[in-house]
Amino acid sequence: MEQLIQQIASGLASGAIYALVALALVMIFTATDHLNFAQGEMAMFSTYICWQLIQWGFPFWPALGFTILFSFLLGVAIERVILRPLHNASVLSIVVVFIGLLAIFHSLAGGIWSHTIKNFPSPFPNVTFAGSGYIGAHQIGMILVSLLMLFALFAFFRFTPLGLAMRAAAQNPVSARLVGVKVDWMLALGWGLAAAVGAVAGAMVAPVVYLEPNMMASILLYGFAGALVGGISNPAGAVFGGFLVGVLENLVAYFGNLTEKTFGIYIVGNGEKLTVALIIVITILTLKPAGLFGRTTVRRV
Amino acid sequence: MTAITTAAPAAAETSRNLTRTLLIGLLLLAAALPFLVGKSGFISNFTFLQLSLMIVYAIAVLGLNLLTGFNGQISLGHGAFFAVGAYTAAILIEHCGVNYWLTLPAAALICFVVGYLFGLPALRLEGHYLALATFGLAIAVPQMLKYKHLEPLTNGVMGINLLKPDAPFGLPLSGDQWMYLVVLVVAVAMFWMARNLLNSRPGRAMVAIRDHTLAAGTMGIDTSRYKATVFGISALYVGVAGALHAIIFEFVSPDSFRFELSIAILVGAVVGGVASLPGAVIGGIFVQFIEKYADAMTKKLTQAIHLPLELQPWTLYGITLIVLIYVMPGGIAGGLAALWARLRRPKSG
Repeated sequence: MEQLIQQIASGLASGAIYALVALALVMIFTATDHLNFAQGEMAMFSTYICWQLIQWGFPFWPALGFTILFSFLLGVAIERVILRPLHNASVLSIVVVFIGLLAIFHSLAGGIWSHTIKNFPSPFPNVTFAGSGYIGAHQIGMILVSLLMLFALFAFFRFTPLGLAMRAAAQNPVSARLVGVKVDWMLALGWGLAAAVGAVAGAMVAPVVYLEPNMMASILLYGFAGALVGGISNPAGAVFGGFLVGVLENLVAYFGNLTEKTFGIYIVGNGEKLTVALIIVITILTLKPAGLFGRTTVRRV
Repeated sequence: MTAITTAAPAAAETSRNLTRTLLIGLLLLAAALPFLVGKSGFISNFTFLQLSLMIVYAIAVLGLNLLTGFNGQISLGHGAFFAVGAYTAAILIEHCGVNYWLTLPAAALICFVVGYLFGLPALRLEGHYLALATFGLAIAVPQMLKYKHLEPLTNGVMGINLLKPDAPFGLPLSGDQWMYLVVLVVAVAMFWMARNLLNSRPGRAMVAIRDHTLAAGTMGIDTSRYKATVFGISALYVGVAGALHAIIFEFVSPDSFRFELSIAILVGAVVGGVASLPGAVIGGIFVQFIEKYADAMTKKLTQAIHLPLELQPWTLYGITLIVLIYVMPGGIAGGLAALWARLRRPKSG
């Protein structure tokens, strides 16, 4: 039983990261209807920037702040320079460009910082507290930070004029443009925010999985799974989906272990994590493409 | 006026005959190559291996072209079917002692079934969602190949070592030269089949589905059956390429089939031109060329322009992809065709 609680707790912790990645994916999707396959590599690249700043002697939080700013500008620049001219391009072209970006960021990170695995410091003090047998301080911090991000974004979209303009641009670009919203810049802003959220996710997960160019590949897949479970058009749903997938992932491994112990039959374990994610993705896409909380889009032909 | 309309088809006919003669001549020359140089070492065995790999990748790219270019379904996970084909061949040779050329139809059959089954749920997906499902497949494949219960067959992380078959009938050829011939013959057969498929009624139905799925359905095309079948055929092509790769490379392991492979196939398709058969050949050459020379090229480039950091092949991949989407959306084959059309247009026109 204790082990089960432990598994759920650490599932929530990794779920926090998936939730952040899912949030970043949703942000780009609602604005542009694109699934950004380069999101994970962009986050990884940002994390390297943060690592480099820390190596140069910056304390963690200022370094993270600068990284967020940098990622935001990078995201805006990518939208303005690379994706803007492809506004009306086919899906294949867009997907190919995303894969191109993925390759570029992946290899640049490898080229600049080499492929060796690096330690990434945790910003949270390593203290013991009631229940620290179940969950570490960093894990709690991860969950808190992602909830904080969620509320900040919610407040931004709900209570600020800029947030309102962004929502308007995403929901009805033509009308938004007519009332004076600069729709083009709103899209770029969405990209910037997504990149910034990704940077936070990267910096939070790097102490757990260690920093290396491949670190985000599987996390991105889980982020997609989370976003799909919750509904790719619904930010809160995506966050919930992220947590759900995180817990599910650990439960699958836990019950896989249990069946192996009790019945001596190996079915699933840690080695099948990605396959589990793949199965979640395909099942959701096939059975309920709108996710649990998403809206079903009806298209006019 | 009438003179022009009657002359045009005749000119097209001559030009087509010319192309065909040229193509057949070129193929005969390619087939005669190993016999001409023999064991003189004028063209090394290693070069023959490289040529074979180019042709293998061309078959794989052709498979993706059939799906993406001619049927409009995006796949980022074709490395998975490549892996299934390669492992089918390796397991059959290693555990069942099957003759290597018999593994090709086996790989084709298994990959068709696997591709068809994967295509069934994929039917409900299009565009980005299909890309996502196949993206997941590509990332998960190495893990699946390490699955514990498959280990007796797949040999786990260690992979399977194979032996390259010798030339039969006492032909004066080395193993690499013989396999080059085999690969060439298989490729010619598969390109020929693809061409005939595309020129047939089902082929036109495939393209109609790509251009407008709903309209195609209204015209009486069973779109879902077609889409799943095309997925199967596409997987079949890639699977045969995988089997050939396993045989000439003499080794399979889970980490040979990582996400990079799927990307390489996609890059080949985009570079060559997704909706073009010659484009698949160009794509195959590009994939092998990059794999072999990109390291050296990027090093030279880094030195030439005094970059402070070391460029990597993948950076070139990425930049090539993005630039091509801008300047040549039809790939090299599409670009060449457009150039040719412009050159041939009469000046007074």
